[in-house]
Amino acid sequence: MHNLNQNIKMRRKSNNSDLRSNLKRGFGYKRKREVTVAWVLCAPALTLLFIFLVVPFIIAFFLSFTDQRLIPNPNMPTQFIGFRNFLRLFMDEYFQRALLNNFIFAIVVVPVQTAFALLLAILVNQKLRFINLFRTIYFTPVVTTMVVVAIVWSFLYNPGEGFINQFIKTISGGLLGPYGWLDDTRLALTAIMVLSIWQGVGFQMVIYLAGLQGIPAELYEAAEVDSANAWQKFWYITLPQLKNTTIFVVISTTILAFKLFTQVWVMTRGGPQSATLTAIVLLYKEGFVQNRIGYSAAIAVLFFLIVFFISMVQRIYLRGERR
Amino acid sequence: MKNNVSTNRNPFGIRYMVSKRMSIGIRYLILVIIALFFLFPTVFMFVSSIKNNETQIISDMSNLRAFVPYGDIGFKNYFDVFTQLRFARFMFNSLFIVGTIVFAGLIVNSMIAYSLARLRFRGRNIIISLIIALIIVPVESIVIPLLLMVNKVGWIDSYHVQIIPFIADAFSIFLFYQFFIDIPTEIDEAAIVDGASSFRVYWNIIIPLSLPVFATVAILQFLFRWNDFLWPLMVTRGYEYRPLTVAIQQLFTQAPKMWGDIFAFASMITIPSLTVFLVFQKWFVRSIASSSIKG
Repeated sequence: MHNLNQNIKMRRKSNNSDLRSNLKRGFGYKRKREVTVAWVLCAPALTLLFIFLVVPFIIAFFLSFTDQRLIPNPNMPTQFIGFRNFLRLFMDEYFQRALLNNFIFAIVVVPVQTAFALLLAILVNQKLRFINLFRTIYFTPVVTTMVVVAIVWSFLYNPGEGFINQFIKTISGGLLGPYGWLDDTRLALTAIMVLSIWQGVGFQMVIYLAGLQGIPAELYEAAEVDSANAWQKFWYITLPQLKNTTIFVVISTTILAFKLFTQVWVMTRGGPQSATLTAIVLLYKEGFVQNRIGYSAAIAVLFFLIVFFISMVQRIYLRGERR
Repeated sequence: MKNNVSTNRNPFGIRYMVSKRMSIGIRYLILVIIALFFLFPTVFMFVSSIKNNETQIISDMSNLRAFVPYGDIGFKNYFDVFTQLRFARFMFNSLFIVGTIVFAGLIVNSMIAYSLARLRFRGRNIIISLIIALIIVPVESIVIPLLLMVNKVGWIDSYHVQIIPFIADAFSIFLFYQFFIDIPTEIDEAAIVDGASSFRVYWNIIIPLSLPVFATVAILQFLFRWNDFLWPLMVTRGYEYRPLTVAIQQLFTQAPKMWGDIFAFASMITIPSLTVFLVFQKWFVRSIASSSIKG
């Protein structure tokens, strides 16, 4: 046994091709078996990923060039219509509105939620008594299902006497409100943003907290020797050290902003007057309610391209970072 | 300036003591205000769920009494939810669907990850890049063709239509892969030389060493799948196979709205996941923290 161990260590020192040829000669049978086992272990996941991810993904591209319907009309067979779905999409004011809403949502929610998450992480990273209790409380919305969150907030947003209206009225001394919130085209998207941040920020707080705890204490000690104040320490040590964490948080929140569906579907179904329409809500309505599968697939393809582009930004950025 | 700082920091100076006390007070004040922000909807939900009187829930919503359990208090709404709204059935559906996905996913995804991280075979690198590429593909972009596919084979309205497509998960595979690749190879090489098969190495050596990553993947998958809404909304028709998320949305859409029942239903969806979180809190935090080490 000991001998064999040494043998392996020596082999590891020799170069790779040497190792391969050694293995081929000495363990030919073993090696063949290893390949078989490797493929057997890969097979279930590869099969499932292929059938339920790769195939539908390819079909989505294919469908986006057809006028396929969910329940096909026997008198009108599905036809290949080239780029007509995409051309129609770019002219479609609903689609423009949906994309605009997604962009507004991302532009507001991403910075606010990221900054809020960082603030919370710094707050709960303090050495104070009961700090774990606060950490737990801030995280609880994350384990509350989004559908439930949306329903409870719908009640709180009640247009007349709702709690949020009354709260704003009291705080402002009766000057502000009452607002229609979900019934008001100017406020509905903002209302959904607030509860989305409320539900999601705890997740990123935890990611930032891990980032904060990964910063070497020596950096702060060195800064203290140079008598840097708290703000300087934050600006010159904390923020730069959290750069990669921030990139991750920003990118993942941006992607989530484009996937926006559940809370909108529960609360407003995209209304009032498309004020909260999003790409996925439109995709669902076109494909599932209107039966226009081809058109819906074209939305799916464009949605994928947006998500793909956002993810590429992250990968390129992080790769540049490593060099 | 520098002088000022040093007198301020004198641990025996009265000014320092007072300002420190105050700053700690302010810190707690901030923490508590934010805690109220995160608590009030959930507290409101639980409190309203035990108010038996529907009109009281409505009239209380405009003031702080919304957060005070008083008046006709009891579990009538919970009773309704169980007897009239088939809550047990929906809960079973959700637990069964999510439980099966998580359990089967742990096996299937760790198997391929082990193979990719520890075994040598042709095509391995292509598979690795393919899986990393697949992480990007969001479910939302494939639901429509997937719906056509499952419709064609008659899978609509069943458990398997909600389970099988989500067992294999590129991100879970990636998390396993990253963990397995860091385990020293001496361990399994020695076992192989001793005559153990690759499969035995996976089962008897790698799995016991990798419990943290198994917990991470299980918790993340649970969190994501418990929240699933779009796909079950598309593929369930009746109550038989419907999960909790779709069930409560349907209850919420019905008129007239029975707010007491809705809040009891919502509370009971929240209690299990909240309990699991409170018990396994450390694991949750670790899992989420490690989910970000990605790129």
